[in-house]
Amino acid sequence: MSQPADRPIIAEFVDVHRHYVMGKNVVKALNGVSMQVKKGDYLAIMGRSGSGKSTMLNILGALDRPTTGEYRVGGRDVSGLDDNALSDVRGREIGFIFQSFNLIPQLTVLENLEVPLFYQGRVGKESRAKAEYLAERVGLGKRLEHRPLELSGGQQQRVAIARALMNDPLFLLADEATGNLDSNTEQEILNLFDDLRPDGVTIVVVTHNPKVAERADHTLWLKDGQVEKLVDNRLAGTAHGGHP
Amino acid sequence: MIGDSMRMVKLGLKSLMLHKLRSCLTTAGILFGVASVIAMLAVGEGASAETLKQYRDMGVTNVLLRSQKPEETQSSSSSSMMSTLSYGLFYQEADRIQNLLPQATVVRVREFLRPVMRGENWGQSMILGTEVNFLEVTNMKVHEGRWLTDLDLQRQANVCVLGERLSRMLFPLENPIGKTILVGIEDRFEVIGVLDYQGRAASPNGTTLDQCAFIPMSSSRRRFGDTVRNPLINRWEQVELHEIKVKLPSTEEVEGAAAVLEAMLARDEVHRSKKDTEVTVPLELLRKAEATERMFNLVLAVIASISLLVGGIGIMNVMLATVTERTREIGIRRALGAKKKHIVQQFLVEAGVLSALGGLVGVGLGVLVPYFIEHYFKQPTDIQAPHVVLAFGISAVVGVVFGLYPAWRAANMDPVEALRHE
Repeated sequence: MSQPADRPIIAEFVDVHRHYVMGKNVVKALNGVSMQVKKGDYLAIMGRSGSGKSTMLNILGALDRPTTGEYRVGGRDVSGLDDNALSDVRGREIGFIFQSFNLIPQLTVLENLEVPLFYQGRVGKESRAKAEYLAERVGLGKRLEHRPLELSGGQQQRVAIARALMNDPLFLLADEATGNLDSNTEQEILNLFDDLRPDGVTIVVVTHNPKVAERADHTLWLKDGQVEKLVDNRLAGTAHGGHP
Repeated sequence: MIGDSMRMVKLGLKSLMLHKLRSCLTTAGILFGVASVIAMLAVGEGASAETLKQYRDMGVTNVLLRSQKPEETQSSSSSSMMSTLSYGLFYQEADRIQNLLPQATVVRVREFLRPVMRGENWGQSMILGTEVNFLEVTNMKVHEGRWLTDLDLQRQANVCVLGERLSRMLFPLENPIGKTILVGIEDRFEVIGVLDYQGRAASPNGTTLDQCAFIPMSSSRRRFGDTVRNPLINRWEQVELHEIKVKLPSTEEVEGAAAVLEAMLARDEVHRSKKDTEVTVPLELLRKAEATERMFNLVLAVIASISLLVGGIGIMNVMLATVTERTREIGIRRALGAKKKHIVQQFLVEAGVLSALGGLVGVGLGVLVPYFIEHYFKQPTDIQAPHVVLAFGISAVVGVVFGLYPAWRAANMDPVEALRHE
């Protein structure tokens, strides 16, 4: 462990269930998941399709609410919040990175970067300065006035990462962030994640790609809506569980 | 706050630019709606303003009794070719009217055309033989000199007051007051006054007051008599009075007075058989014309609403397509912290921009069209600022109203579903 053990918990699942009603059947996508993400963590969530990965991502991203159980962000239970308040949680506490970059095509890079702050009413000179700083930080250089489609996939994902950092989120939430990239670019993006960590950035990646997962400190394995195991990837090549 | 609004409008424009042709076509729907409303109202106003002005010029508190030539039967016209045709109102009838309506101001008018001349300047002019009250009844002002007096009438003086146009025609350079003009072949009249410019006719006969010369009634009888040759049918006509103007103290009394006068003429054996008189009530005509105008405006409003409704449906259609196309963008924005109200705002602004642009260009076109109509078809038009504001306002409201449902649909998408949308 490189970081002190008393790092604050910034995201926490407490016995989270998420059930979907499909006709007469109840699908238990998550069935009692508890876990913690501490500041500075780099956590990968893995599992086969149907394991509850996507559901977990949605709840982590405050896009969905647990059926029962608690989801705490920064110590506050957000599982009972209404749509408005959840939007605020997404806008202030979470930095999304998507598989297909999800930049808004008609906006320039700068405008894309400013979107999260726009909804906080914080667009202005400072947001521009911050966008310039972050563009530099993620290795975009001076391409602020370009349109997304004028950039390569890797550059687009860098824009998305910068955008996710604009609101100083508690953690980055990446959904198959390298799924649309070739393996070289994938390595670049994963290296960028590593680069960001000294800044105190917390990263949660949801993936089915072991190569991506093994770059994280820990891997949380899901199976049938439950935590199968938590693996510390830093203990060379072994797969024994246990909390860090 | 203003910065944010500007940003939203800019963003809206950017999004609309994604589909230029589609946005333009949708805008055209509103554009033509707004333009046609403004143009139609301008043409309608122009036409009715003319009529309304004509009635107002006659005086809304006046009732006009006019002599009119009776319709002749075939036999009577051929048999009496050489005889004098006698018809119309009599001098004494003015006194009877004054007795019947003591509150009214009654004034007699004789009209006849005569050449008038001053040096080398001459022309055919309408000569009105009238009385002192004429000035008050027709609501005119003397520009220079004075009006006719009772003394002028008693003395049967050869004095005249000129309308503004006539004065300018006869006296292009000199001051007319005190000068003499020749009326007809041998009668000289001294100019005692010139009237203010009026730009209107006081009677349905259509000659504007500015082109008339006014002389004392008594002088007109003495100099020109009651018998006039009508050059059109080559006959002598004897008419004592061409018009009796009756001015009431207020508009409320007009209707009653008109009824009294109608009854008076109907009781008269001669007038009833000849049908040689006519009662004109400008107020009544004005009200009828106003009612017609209101009806016309109502029909226009309905047509306008329908055309803007069609435009609005176009906007809704396009916005629904836009919302579906941009489902993913909506998902992204929601994931980045947009609340439902932000999404509603975004699409309402887009719909609003779409229709406001249409409205703006529509206003431009709507102002141009009447201009061309006036220029090329010589049809009077009248663009009124409230109509322009109204048409533009409605277009903006249409955009917002018809944008509401698509925006509401966009805002209520499940963010998870929206993000998954391809």
